[in-house]
Amino acid sequence: MAVPTYSGSFGPAEAERLLWRAGFGPKQGEIEALAAKGLAGAVSSLTNPPREKLTGPQPRPDGRSLNPAVTSGHNALWWLDRMVRTNQPLVERMTLVWHDWFATRGVGPGKRRMPLEQNYMLRRHALGNFRALALEVTRDPAMLLFLSGVHNRMGKPNENYGRELMELFTLGAGNGYSERDVREQARALTGYTFTRVTSRGHEGFRYDKRRHDPGRKRILGKTGRFDARDAVDLAVRHPAHGPFFVTKLWSAFIPTPPEPGTLGELVSLYRSRRYAVKPVVEAILKHPDLYQGPRMVKPPAVYAAGLIRALGDGITQRSWSGADYGGDSGQRLFDPPNVSGWDESSWLDTGTFQGRWKVARLIASEYSLSPGENRDYPANEDGDTAVNRALAFWGSPTLTRETRRTLIEFADACARDANVEYLRTAYRVSRQNALRMLIATAPESHTS
Amino acid sequence: MALHCRNFSRTQFLREAAAEAGRGLPNVEPGMPMPAGTGLDRRSFVLRSAGLALSVYGGQKLGFDALSAGVAQAQSGGGQRVLVSVFLEGGADSISILAPTGDPRYRRLRPTLALPGSKGSPFREDRRLRWHPVAAKLAALHAEGKLTVMPSIGYEGPDQSHFTSRHFYEVGARQANLPTGWLGRYLDLVGTPDNPLQGLALNRQLAPSLAAGRNPVSAANSVTDYTYTAPFVFDDVERRLHQYLPKVGEAHLGSSDPALREAGSIASDAGALRGQLGRYAARGVRSPVIYPGSKSGAGSVGGGVGAGGDMFPERLAGLAALLDAGVPIRVAALTGPGDHDTHAQQAKSFGSDVKLTADSLFAFQRDLEARGLADRVIVHVWSEFGRRAQENGSKGTDHGAGGIGFLMGTQVRGKMIGEFPGLAKLDPQGNLRSTSDFRALYSSILEQWFETDAGAVIPDASRFGRYALIK
Repeated sequence: MAVPTYSGSFGPAEAERLLWRAGFGPKQGEIEALAAKGLAGAVSSLTNPPREKLTGPQPRPDGRSLNPAVTSGHNALWWLDRMVRTNQPLVERMTLVWHDWFATRGVGPGKRRMPLEQNYMLRRHALGNFRALALEVTRDPAMLLFLSGVHNRMGKPNENYGRELMELFTLGAGNGYSERDVREQARALTGYTFTRVTSRGHEGFRYDKRRHDPGRKRILGKTGRFDARDAVDLAVRHPAHGPFFVTKLWSAFIPTPPEPGTLGELVSLYRSRRYAVKPVVEAILKHPDLYQGPRMVKPPAVYAAGLIRALGDGITQRSWSGADYGGDSGQRLFDPPNVSGWDESSWLDTGTFQGRWKVARLIASEYSLSPGENRDYPANEDGDTAVNRALAFWGSPTLTRETRRTLIEFADACARDANVEYLRTAYRVSRQNALRMLIATAPESHTS
Repeated sequence: MALHCRNFSRTQFLREAAAEAGRGLPNVEPGMPMPAGTGLDRRSFVLRSAGLALSVYGGQKLGFDALSAGVAQAQSGGGQRVLVSVFLEGGADSISILAPTGDPRYRRLRPTLALPGSKGSPFREDRRLRWHPVAAKLAALHAEGKLTVMPSIGYEGPDQSHFTSRHFYEVGARQANLPTGWLGRYLDLVGTPDNPLQGLALNRQLAPSLAAGRNPVSAANSVTDYTYTAPFVFDDVERRLHQYLPKVGEAHLGSSDPALREAGSIASDAGALRGQLGRYAARGVRSPVIYPGSKSGAGSVGGGVGAGGDMFPERLAGLAALLDAGVPIRVAALTGPGDHDTHAQQAKSFGSDVKLTADSLFAFQRDLEARGLADRVIVHVWSEFGRRAQENGSKGTDHGAGGIGFLMGTQVRGKMIGEFPGLAKLDPQGNLRSTSDFRALYSSILEQWFETDAGAVIPDASRFGRYALIK
């Protein structure tokens, strides 16, 4: 038995959904181009992208190039820009998946540089091998600092990383390991350290044999003189890992759980390909549930990048410092709330909804129409025309009938309010600004 | 250096389901077949996955007009009793807040972290303990009889995962797959379907303890910044925008797609919330007392004024103002300053975090008193667990069990609940044994403060004892 594959028609609606789920939404013309490839061709084009190329204008906040390793906020802007300009949307999206999976917060001096270096590492492994990725993360400097790996040494074990390696990264809470395993795992992970701290942060990360506990450990039912590589292998080979991995990866693309049969097939696929990520992602992206199931709330970073891509313009706002982007929407890049990553069940509440409003406003404000400079705006523009014009601003995304009807009601109400001659034009200009915001924050804009 | 691993995420539902499936099973050996379902519980997945969080947060079916009317009606109902929940994230070190300097094992277990003998004031209910100097304001409230201390609260079989243990506290049960928070279920019981302000999280995101099954609840990052404005949107057009923003959401309340329904109901709730908070954006909040980080002696807060950028004091000041204005809040939830997951170099962050927490709570209490609200508000302070009795080799502490808890207010009895269990008899993991139970505490709050049937909110409530909490 194989993993089920979607066999319905693959038209613009399906291509549009795939572009959102596996990337950051469509740019002009991408929906049609992807639909023309058919399902298999479309998925393959995402999982086997051309050589990386960033096209379009680079952000130049305050007129200068980004300095993401140093300047506050520039790291988030740097990554958002990649999401906007990349020709490898799935690679970028998987990097975001791993950032959430192995969530790290920068600490101490160098707190921006090391997560940035980690980000490059995650991108290299985006569609690679999970076992290799987990080992890289285990000795990644940003992670070693964040979860106390550099403090974990022979005779003075620190449980911080070993616990999360099993609980959050590979097995799931309480899923087949004990508190004793946590402590023994910590011993296996001893030995990492750094040489010195400078203004650039901690430097000279290395494995020091003298700090490693060479004794025998009993971990997950096996006994041996285990080290960090063994710790990762023991976790990844544990029977609980496959279902944990597949379900967690699946939940990044599809909001309903896999049927038990599908889960089993995906786990078999994952194990038979020796923890390769790409075949599992391909199977998920071709699964009927992605196309036939309900809509999914977009992560805030995807929402933001998608709005900019729709404008077809890159991040050109000179005023953006990056520091003010994203926090209130619930997902500031490089700043997950904690090691378990973001809480997707809370992507939308009244607080983050306002945060998304601010993101949309920031993106749209560059293009706001001032009544003073638009005295020739059509004073008799009707509601339908006004809505179409605002839709075109965002690259004409698909709107539901319900939203469209309500927006026309709004437009008509504004026109009625303009009951004095001198307001007719000014209100229509203002109405256009408001319609852009109402479209960008309508339910279909938050979901795909 | 900080050392964090806290909070919730999408992976939460995985962990919960996994925890549930794995619990009670023998240790799984490599090669041994996993039990059916392997940590996957369809219900947990569905309830916690993004698209279907609506069953938790977006259950309401009412439009903006009905919500506005509902809020107004709740407001006219007069002053309800209020519970404020304050979460200390990461597992606060109870042994440092109330240091057992009189316990002979203390200095051996905490060679670098122990409080020097003469520092801090003695805890008058147990002479083995001293208040850490950074918690002096809590000691002051305790001396006034306005602070009840739980020196070691927890539950049987303590879980040392931040996320699982926090989840237990949030749902009010030792259950991995309970989808609603205990405060949310209380609001389902006594609240209304037309007042999203009845449960208000003043945080970046909604507090899971407020997750209700039926009635709406809401979240706002700041009391003084809940606006929906845009450049060159003005006068009548802005008024219409504020009218139609929730209406666009409302148009989807009948949608067959759960994610559209969820997004729609959130927009509708946001309209009602803006109606209540919008006015504070223009005029800010004037407090009768000075909160930590306030710039002027006048006690005016807003516009991001806060200690070290932490919004906790500002949010408390805003909450007091909302209650004073009669905004119909029954339960509010906030997260305290800082990160208590102090695996290394604990001393670097612990003092400033606890001080800001204690000073802010003190200011809030004085604020309530000055506004004449103190008799109808109590504050519950909690953390997902305490920390290991023995410090680790990194001048920090690993995850523990029994943790600290407080109840603050003029109506609380101010008598210790449980006792400090001592460092001689730690549990097999080397952690403090708990001497009070969070489910018993919740049941007591529900019955004695809210005068509600605890059995309708807390699973198996009758199984737990009760504490005398209220005067």
